[in-house]
Amino acid sequence: MQSDLNNEPLTIAGRSFPSRLLVGTGKFSSNEQMRDALRASGSGLVTVALKRANLSGKEDPFADILDYLEADRYLVLPNTAGAMNAEEAVRIARLAEAAGLPKWLKLEIHPDPNYLLPDPIETLEAAEMLVKEGWTVLPYINADPVLAARLQDVGCATVMPLGSPIGSNRGLETRAQIEIIIEQARVPVVVDAGLGAPSQAAEAMEMGADAVLINTAIAVAPDPCRMARAFATAVEAGRAAFETGLGPISKTAEATSPLTAFLG
Amino acid sequence: MPRPTKYHLASDAPADTFAQEFERLPIQELAYRSRNVEADRVQHILGQGRAESLEDFAALLSPKASESLELLAAQSQQLTQRFFGKAVRLFAPLYLSNECVNICTYCGFSRNNDIPRITIPESLVEEQVAKLARQGFRSLLLVAGEHPKYVSNGYVESCIRRSLEHMPGISIELGPMEADEYKPLVQSGAEALIVYQETYHRPTYESLHKAGPKKYYAWRQDTPERGYAAGFRRLGIGALFGLYDWRYEAVSVAAHAQYLLRKCWKSQVSISLPRMRPAAGEFQPDPSFFISDREMVQLICALRLFLPHLGITLSTREPSHLRDGLVPLGITLMSAGSSTEPGGYDHFDETQWTSTEDQPGEQFQIADERAPREIASMIRAQGYEAVWKDHDQALAISSEPAQLAQIG
Repeated sequence: MQSDLNNEPLTIAGRSFPSRLLVGTGKFSSNEQMRDALRASGSGLVTVALKRANLSGKEDPFADILDYLEADRYLVLPNTAGAMNAEEAVRIARLAEAAGLPKWLKLEIHPDPNYLLPDPIETLEAAEMLVKEGWTVLPYINADPVLAARLQDVGCATVMPLGSPIGSNRGLETRAQIEIIIEQARVPVVVDAGLGAPSQAAEAMEMGADAVLINTAIAVAPDPCRMARAFATAVEAGRAAFETGLGPISKTAEATSPLTAFLG
Repeated sequence: MPRPTKYHLASDAPADTFAQEFERLPIQELAYRSRNVEADRVQHILGQGRAESLEDFAALLSPKASESLELLAAQSQQLTQRFFGKAVRLFAPLYLSNECVNICTYCGFSRNNDIPRITIPESLVEEQVAKLARQGFRSLLLVAGEHPKYVSNGYVESCIRRSLEHMPGISIELGPMEADEYKPLVQSGAEALIVYQETYHRPTYESLHKAGPKKYYAWRQDTPERGYAAGFRRLGIGALFGLYDWRYEAVSVAAHAQYLLRKCWKSQVSISLPRMRPAAGEFQPDPSFFISDREMVQLICALRLFLPHLGITLSTREPSHLRDGLVPLGITLMSAGSSTEPGGYDHFDETQWTSTEDQPGEQFQIADERAPREIASMIRAQGYEAVWKDHDQALAISSEPAQLAQIG
């Protein structure tokens, strides 16, 4: 799946991943389609909502989403979607560990079930607790540079600011804030939520984001596998452009053959 | 049963509740105007792809909008997929009791109806929940008639706790209570509160509810807000279509949902739009209040354009062809394989999932009698995922009192 762009690998908490595209597992029309789209994405890190999974420890063929996530291909990153406060998020994390999942967590706490906007106060509190318990924590946040810095201070492995509300496909509406987060970051910055087009993912990567996470735009596409490939390609292209360095933007024309060359 | 008769008049209700807000809304005028909307107004709204106000929503209920039903359906489908994906959540109702202190002329459980009355014991509740879990359900709606004995003796709490052994997601549909009475139910693990206003048209409401606490219109109307204060994560409301003019009910329930989405912002709000079904008693609906299949589709799609995040529930009251057709158009929750008789699943054979006996104590007759697995197959055949589990017990039981909203 790797192209010849020779991008640097994505490394989070000392672990390398084959792609800078992270993929979510909600909203697909079937588990089989989700599995196929994940394969097509080339991603090595996929998130799954634990409220959809079987955490009871009993055999449960009706809560079998984890059965479709191929453990040899991906690091399965459980997320705490559904948690409304720090206490609930921590409880879910402990259940995930008890269910045998790796001690990595996408921390998301959104008391608002409609726009799923994250609660910064509860997120910071939960992150601090979980890091102390030895978790590798990847928190989903609004694009707030101060919060991002605070989360890095308590030991989070990434920060995951939203580009725009989940599922909105509106792209990088928080671009100016994300630029500050990237400039100040000491950990990988993963742009999460709101990216609806491969061009938007490429834009985030060109800005210097370390990775992007896509779910809705792939899951509800008429051909999720093809869209997953489109995002994977855009992410690679955007990263290559960032690593190469984009040319400066100028308001005035700069002729490729200078007008005053004759002066020698 | 102590109930605040002070709520009998909406003007007596505390400030800042929907009952008070509702009195100020021009529902009758919007319902009237929605029958006579011009085509260009409809086209303008469809051009925007969203109904941005209650007035826009009412316009999408018009006969003129019906002429553009295909476009309306396409827009509804697109919005639903964006916010909910290609997934439909399944749940099963479990009736705990048909004992009821109310006299409601249209309801099979009305206390003056001569049906066998039963409140099923907790052991049978757990047995039936396990039976439903074997069918695949991980989301359960516990339903009971309105009776004082559930409020204080711990029966419902115990039923919730025993159900949680098999079902991570528990909703309840009981007679309205005070917020303090709801708190033990939330603490026990119930995630959702469902309460239907039945009819939002006050004179009709008062004529249909002859006796019992249900006759207090505004007390019922403010129930979701009390549930939110007690900490429920999901709130379900609805109107029973067939009791009054469907456009009036539609505008009212949409206004209620819009209000709850703003005020109870931590809750997921859903609407159910059940139509009258045959039930015990002599009630005969007024045929002029009937809402056709086509109008029902129009209503659901219009709701989606007005409130894209709204959960929309479709019950087994509806015939199978309509349920099949609505899967990709806007609904997000479906019941399946339902019995509306307390203990009714006792008579279901697990292979075919059909009742082997009559159900004289049922609340109403269902229309879609297909087994849960057939419904799931139908959903999958349409390119959608049938979601059985979408809530975990870890989210259900909090050691802290649930977040209390500042109400009133």
